[in-house]
Amino acid sequence: MLKTRIIPCLDVKDGRVVKGVQFLELRDAGDPVEAAKAYDAAGADELCFLDITASHEDRGTLLDVVSRTAEACFMPLTVGGGIRMVTDIRTLLLAGADKVSINTAAVNDPDFVARGAEKFGSQCIVVAIDAKRTSGPGEPASWQIFTHGGRKPTGLDAIAFARAVTERGAGELLVTSMDRDGMRSGYDIALTRAISDAVSVPVIASGGVGELDDLVAGVRDGGASAVLAASIFHFGQHTVSEAKAHMAAAGLAMRLDL
Amino acid sequence: MSAQTVAIIDYGSGNLHSAAKAFERAAREAGLDDTRIVLTNDAELVSKADRVVLPGVGAYADCRRGLDAVPGMVDAMTHAAHTRARPFLGICVGMQLLATRGLEHEITPGLDWIPGDVGPIDPRDAGLKVPHMGWNTLQVDREHALLAGIPVGEGGLHAYFVHSFALSPKRSEDRVAHSEYGGAVTAMVAHDNIAGTQFHPEKSQRLGLVLLANFLRWRP
Repeated sequence: MLKTRIIPCLDVKDGRVVKGVQFLELRDAGDPVEAAKAYDAAGADELCFLDITASHEDRGTLLDVVSRTAEACFMPLTVGGGIRMVTDIRTLLLAGADKVSINTAAVNDPDFVARGAEKFGSQCIVVAIDAKRTSGPGEPASWQIFTHGGRKPTGLDAIAFARAVTERGAGELLVTSMDRDGMRSGYDIALTRAISDAVSVPVIASGGVGELDDLVAGVRDGGASAVLAASIFHFGQHTVSEAKAHMAAAGLAMRLDL
Repeated sequence: MSAQTVAIIDYGSGNLHSAAKAFERAAREAGLDDTRIVLTNDAELVSKADRVVLPGVGAYADCRRGLDAVPGMVDAMTHAAHTRARPFLGICVGMQLLATRGLEHEITPGLDWIPGDVGPIDPRDAGLKVPHMGWNTLQVDREHALLAGIPVGEGGLHAYFVHSFALSPKRSEDRVAHSEYGGAVTAMVAHDNIAGTQFHPEKSQRLGLVLLANFLRWRP
């Protein structure tokens, strides 16, 4: 039976983990490779690096981090941030990423998703959907795609966009509520559910986890195949095993190997 | 065990380095210190290798074109696997290429070493998502040396899958293991000295390292 995945996500800037990872006894809390090894040992099902390096010229640092991680961790790795061209996908996959997460480039040109999927297969093309609720109280729920960390509206309806990129070959959607991101009040379940019901590919719920029940809700109520979280793991609030035990106790199928 | 060379075929398909690193670690943990892991596009080296691995990620037709584009490689693989009967392992699309043909987007001829077609996964439960992506357990159809020491079945270890197409072997005995995903999805095939896994052993943590070590010791 296929299991629900837990995916810790690390924000990486100039080759360093932003804010560090304050759990376990890492020699260097800012080293993404050290953090990746720790999550590998802790039973994470996949790992996600989100590169927020401002300059495109500094990609070499990220590639080095990816290749050192792939050499040490025998688990799936998704890398996102700043992917603009097909060659960006190729260099990340060759460095050792298993999947790439595409955000702005897919918004600007949905056919970019098709070109990536044709060349490398849908299985490695994740489209990151950053959405904000735009409907008012009492109106039917609707969400719009935002870029630039939630600052720039695009006018695109999130559900229609999810369908469009899936038709073009996205193999998975990473759905982040920009209303909930960092709020620790739980995923936007209605958004997660609306997108999961609209597409045939797996959906990863993201943005807003504050406690372990939020992870359960993302899957049970939101229909997500995987849950992504950052701060609850990085700052030692919960371990991955605690999260898995909690989700398993709630009746979800989890991988409890180790 | 005496010194051995394991050739991992490099034909431009992604993520070969993690496969090589996983083999190196599996060899080290199994105490196979005389094992040399080589990533190579040299047909001569592959034809003489003690063991051969064909990895592969991406679209079927694209992988087949990549393999055909390496001068002499298909002949070298055939020489190693069939004339010299060396242990051969295909991984993911590398496993699918062992089939008669792939039906992804277009009909593409495979190597026809494990007769059968590679067709779309079609889970009976419409709520199940495709690709089949993530960790699943292995249901064993017949005992196999590559699975030695690996806990299987619902309570067993998990393997990492990411695929939308699967191989349906014509000879039922070629299917060694499957996973349940709205029906049986072929997880592993084998015939004589040739084996293949749909899942990624190099991404499957403990299960993967044990399987790779088993391959390095396999005497079919």
